[in-house]
Amino acid sequence: MSGPLLTIEDVAVELPTPRGNLRAVDHVDLSLEAGRTLGIVGESGCGKTMLSRAVLQLLPKKAKLSGRVMFDGQDLARLDSERLRQLRGRDLAVVFQDPMTSLNPVLTIGTQLMETIQEHLELDASAARARSIELLAAVGIPAPEQRLAQYPHQCSGGMRQRIAIAIALSCEPKLLIADEPTTALDVTIQAQILDLLAREQRRRHMAMIIITHDLGVVAGRADEVAVMYAGRVVERAPTPALFKRMHMPYTEALLAAIPKLDAAPHTPLPAISGRPPDPTRPLRGCSFAPRCRYATGRCHEAKPALTGAERPDHLYACFHPIRMAEGVGA
Amino acid sequence: MLNFVIRRLLAMLPVLLAVSLLTFLIASLLPGDLALVILGDQATPENVAALRRDMGLDQPLWWRYLSWLGHVLQGDLGRSFRTGQTVLQAVAERIPVSLQLMLMAEFIGLLIGVPVAIACAARAGGAFDRFMTGSAFAMLSMPSFLVAILLIYLFAVELHWLPATGYVPFTEEPLGNLRFFVLPALTLALAEWPGIMRVLRSDMIATLQEDYIALAKAKGLKPARILFVHALKPSSLTLVTVTGINIGRLLGGTLIVESIFALPGIGRLLVGAIYTRDLVILQGVVLLVACGFVIVNFIVDMLYAVLDPRIRHGHA
Repeated sequence: MSGPLLTIEDVAVELPTPRGNLRAVDHVDLSLEAGRTLGIVGESGCGKTMLSRAVLQLLPKKAKLSGRVMFDGQDLARLDSERLRQLRGRDLAVVFQDPMTSLNPVLTIGTQLMETIQEHLELDASAARARSIELLAAVGIPAPEQRLAQYPHQCSGGMRQRIAIAIALSCEPKLLIADEPTTALDVTIQAQILDLLAREQRRRHMAMIIITHDLGVVAGRADEVAVMYAGRVVERAPTPALFKRMHMPYTEALLAAIPKLDAAPHTPLPAISGRPPDPTRPLRGCSFAPRCRYATGRCHEAKPALTGAERPDHLYACFHPIRMAEGVGA
Repeated sequence: MLNFVIRRLLAMLPVLLAVSLLTFLIASLLPGDLALVILGDQATPENVAALRRDMGLDQPLWWRYLSWLGHVLQGDLGRSFRTGQTVLQAVAERIPVSLQLMLMAEFIGLLIGVPVAIACAARAGGAFDRFMTGSAFAMLSMPSFLVAILLIYLFAVELHWLPATGYVPFTEEPLGNLRFFVLPALTLALAEWPGIMRVLRSDMIATLQEDYIALAKAKGLKPARILFVHALKPSSLTLVTVTGINIGRLLGGTLIVESIFALPGIGRLLVGAIYTRDLVILQGVVLLVACGFVIVNFIVDMLYAVLDPRIRHGHA
């Protein structure tokens, strides 16, 4: 297939609230080739989850979506619900943040796996069962046959996330969206789950979007990173380029906020001061300006566009990009 | 699971004991001397005293309770001084009527309430939802005697489709029996479905917000499967409770509906016992009905475990 698998074109999501319309996603453009990984990074409330829900067409009922979400040659936003249903779970799969709530507590693991397989692939019950066992084994679940008859509450959090991944992988999707797949898990499990996702992605040659608030999660794993702030993409670059030389002060601040192992004890973390702007009252200028240590008068007056001044694949939206520093020690 | 059942069964014992005590106390606290009632107003004080002694009425309350409880545990609930029927005979004669009425009413109530609730929850806030929620509220505020009279007027008086009152046993004339039960069951069901519908609707709406429903949609499952398999089961715990309470309540017969439609059920037996001061029957029937209620609740607890594996495995 030629061209990207997924193209997000000028996508905006507005949510009506009692305080006015909330612009959760503010005209975002992104694209992703088959088999590649895109990391979407940003703090809570920056619109990254809403963006992923827009791709999945799982936005809240009242949300207004504009723009195009081209997936595999069709615009998901214009697809009728039956076509969309056939696509979801089959070509387009998702792993949610919290495996404690994303699996149905009253259905067995076997049911939840097999129903997806039988919905989309023409397999009878025994073939679907065999495939489920295979999938559970592939995501590293011991004694998969016994697990089929168990319920989610009989498994640990890490185990449940593996099961959720097995469900997502069950029909060999072309695109997997992992929405903070490790945020709700123990630190010791996080790396295992991320490695599992990366391994299965390579094996199945699927495209993947990893959504996270942690730049460390995408560092070695994504081909490209998009940093979001207040509903907009503020910096976007191939991962190595981004970590070598980040231009956007927000990206720098995000990275600085990650604790370093080699820091001296009691070093205060340089947390980003202030809060993201109120999304129901958009700022005239750059939305990061009130929290930015480089901000000048111009930043408060006009919104910088997302452009690639030095290299066409490294885009950023900033009037005062950081030019010299090697980032802040990745 | 077996552990769970045994624990629940043991928990029933103190409840049943309390039920028996309350039943006994209520019957004893009713004004009027039983001996006087039996002998009538022509009785001499000597006769009354003798009968009181015979019946043990001169004994202290706690002693009478223990001796009654002792008899009850041996299956002897006493005998009506009017008809000579034992409590068990009287109840056995009437219970099929009340049971059939209860089953038909609950069945019709669920048949209306559950689909309406699911349809409302699937499009909460929509036109159908608002209309049905309003109708349910209107139905809920109509007393059953009014509904009964309206139904009789429409189906018996105007349309002549169904008999207004009467009863034949199912074994004698199955179809005729059902015809007699339609209107009373419908009267009760029209009062039952709004509760069923409102409880299930609000639980369904809450469940449909869950992450696992979003994932079920993301898995590309059919809308019907999401509603009936993924959402209905986890939403039905309160529904089961409400249905259980309804069943328990209807088990004791329904005084008004049985009276209006002239159905010889437990409700009419109770009313009769009260009018004639037949305390033995009253006390026995109330005890049996209360036990029935406790047993229905036990079954409801068991159903929880069937519906939610977390309860089964002791995680919730």
